[in-house]
Amino acid sequence: MTNEEIRGEIKRAIHEERVMLFMKGTPDMPRCGFSARVSQILNASGVEYAAMDILPDPRIREELSGLSGWPTIPQLFVGGELVGGCDIVTEMFETGELAETLGTERPERVEAPAPAQAPGQSPPLQIE
Amino acid sequence: MPSTDEVKERIEQALPGATANVTDLTGGGDHLRAEVVYDGFAGLSRLQQHRLVYDVFEGEIGGPIHALSLKTETPT
Repeated sequence: MTNEEIRGEIKRAIHEERVMLFMKGTPDMPRCGFSARVSQILNASGVEYAAMDILPDPRIREELSGLSGWPTIPQLFVGGELVGGCDIVTEMFETGELAETLGTERPERVEAPAPAQAPGQSPPLQIE
Repeated sequence: MPSTDEVKERIEQALPGATANVTDLTGGGDHLRAEVVYDGFAGLSRLQQHRLVYDVFEGEIGGPIHALSLKTETPT
């Protein structure tokens, strides 16, 4: 895969998936605590989302950070716009702003939940 | 790998008048957390506030600084 193809796939995901998470690992098998936290928050929010694992090829992260201007992983996009990384998503979850951004009901529990498999969650996208 | 003091100094130098409280989350020196209070954050979104701090360490985050967790606030 060329860098252009990788960039194209990232752009497509950002613009076609309403809620798009770039993370280390997958929602089922997160490979970093920060990525795990954001996917758990999305699971608890009950929103459908797509996820892309950035680990299989270092160029995914390079191209993504080049596009977003954001240096760290995870990165959450909603409606084609960068919402933020783990700190911002966690703060927004706690204040209820995240539910507003996602267009979901605010969950009653505000602390980050334990890992759980959310029903109806899309399988992670893979870049081969 | 920059120390917590170094990270604090660099943030405070780059953002005049800011106060940064930098802690080492794991004791390993590579997962740092910075709580930054800066009046220049006023009127900016949280995303823009975090970008201002990340910009101080352009290219080092994900490299020498493995992770920098941020909390940004305006002075009360």
